[in-house]
Amino acid sequence: MDESFDVAIVGAGPAGASAACGLAEHGVKTIVFERGEYPGSKNVSGGVLYGHDLAQILPDYHERNCPIERNIVESRIWYLSKEGGYSLSYRDRSFSEERKFNVFTVGRARFDRWFAEQARRRNVLVVCGTVVTDLLQDHRNTVVGVSTDRPDGDVYAKVVVLADGINSPLAQKTGFRPEPKPHDVALAVKEVIELSEDLINERFNVAPGDGVTIEILGEVTQGMDGVAVIYTNKTSLSLCIGANLADLAQRKIRPYEMLEEFKGHPMVAPLIKGGKPTEYLAHWLAEGGYDALPELSGDGFLITGDSGMLFNALHREGSNMAMTSGRMAAETIVEAFKKGDFSRKSLHGYVSRLQDSYVIEDLKKYRRFGPFLLGHHELFTTLPKLTSYAAREMLTVDGVPKKRKQQTIWREIRKHISRFRLLKLLWDGWRSVR
Amino acid sequence: MSVKVEDKLFLDRFRIDEEPHIRIIDNAICLEECEEQPCLYLCPANVYRLEKDRISVAYEGCLECGSCRIGCPHLNIEWRFPTGGYGISHKFG
Repeated sequence: MDESFDVAIVGAGPAGASAACGLAEHGVKTIVFERGEYPGSKNVSGGVLYGHDLAQILPDYHERNCPIERNIVESRIWYLSKEGGYSLSYRDRSFSEERKFNVFTVGRARFDRWFAEQARRRNVLVVCGTVVTDLLQDHRNTVVGVSTDRPDGDVYAKVVVLADGINSPLAQKTGFRPEPKPHDVALAVKEVIELSEDLINERFNVAPGDGVTIEILGEVTQGMDGVAVIYTNKTSLSLCIGANLADLAQRKIRPYEMLEEFKGHPMVAPLIKGGKPTEYLAHWLAEGGYDALPELSGDGFLITGDSGMLFNALHREGSNMAMTSGRMAAETIVEAFKKGDFSRKSLHGYVSRLQDSYVIEDLKKYRRFGPFLLGHHELFTTLPKLTSYAAREMLTVDGVPKKRKQQTIWREIRKHISRFRLLKLLWDGWRSVR
Repeated sequence: MSVKVEDKLFLDRFRIDEEPHIRIIDNAICLEECEEQPCLYLCPANVYRLEKDRISVAYEGCLECGSCRIGCPHLNIEWRFPTGGYGISHKFG
């Protein structure tokens, strides 16, 4: 396969497929390498995707039969103790009407395959079952292609787009970006639980085709900085739970045991009752935010999506950033071809584009959010315990006057968390999201 | 809580690469110098097990998350992707 292309893309996920579609539209000769037996076969996410970013690449994604599981009409946030918890939710008619497909769920094995197929239809060559094992560089260290694990598997290209995801042995080997440290990532495990379509509609109080997302914080991560989610698919639920890898290593908690305990929580168990687990997966989430972003462009290469650690942990947005960064990589490369210049300087337009977009702006806005969670473990220990205690006491009708209940609750709170610490928590929390 | 990771891995589809994609570089480091041995806990597929004289690596059930590679305090794990087309293949993802 000793051939040359204009652009070689590593990875056929949303970032790679977006870049490929954008390039093919301008007649750029593009090859995509995918290590799985088909695109999506190695990919995992909680499972939400965003119509806005997808439509900028494929405006007619609906007519192209994009495999959507459910259109999200309601978002819930849960703050859980071991025994119970708070639920806050927002539902809006517009999410099933004029803002339909603002957010929707997908199964990545089907969605990514479909997305790569759209690139194929634009004459992009998508080669599956092929691992990119190294980057080819010339004497000036400019990237000029890739090596693969196929016999005679070197392929030359003017630009290489790295869309190989967050776990990248290629990055470790070549150093195109630094290998993450344990505290830079969260390890999440996911279970797909099959349930009938009607049961899901009933349990989540939604019309056919509509769905709900639940983001969960609290004691479910057993005192570790982490998060859990429940997303509705057509005939299954996605349950994910993850914690900072440094926390997991230190606490010696097995991820699948944490998942199992989560499934037994009184607010979770009734939702999944009678369901049949059908798949078990694991993946990292980028935790570092803005301050952990690597250099996203270099001589002859660009880094997109998860590979560039583009992930907004607070709003669980990643797939949208992957698609938009892929699109912007394509736009930049098309310009570079006009100039005939593939140096770092020429490709830096990609970074400028990201900076001018919501991608970098949002990451910058929430740059303190990751450190806030990591620096306030009481969010996952004493605080959910105390807030649950307060609600439980106030809601228990036992003849005790409410004023006395309030005083007891305050005493209990102050016993476990100082006023200073509480103020600091509120202040840091506010600063991290404002 | 007794949950067997085997029951979970049983749900997944694997195409097993004959050549292991994970290798412990020096088992002596695991046994003599590594007190924490986090690989025994943080791996979501329980690939690593402590035997009498070594830590064994059941790479066949690897979910390919990479946590062991960066979580090993001695960076004593050599980890690459399975050969193209091998390893786990997601049905839903």
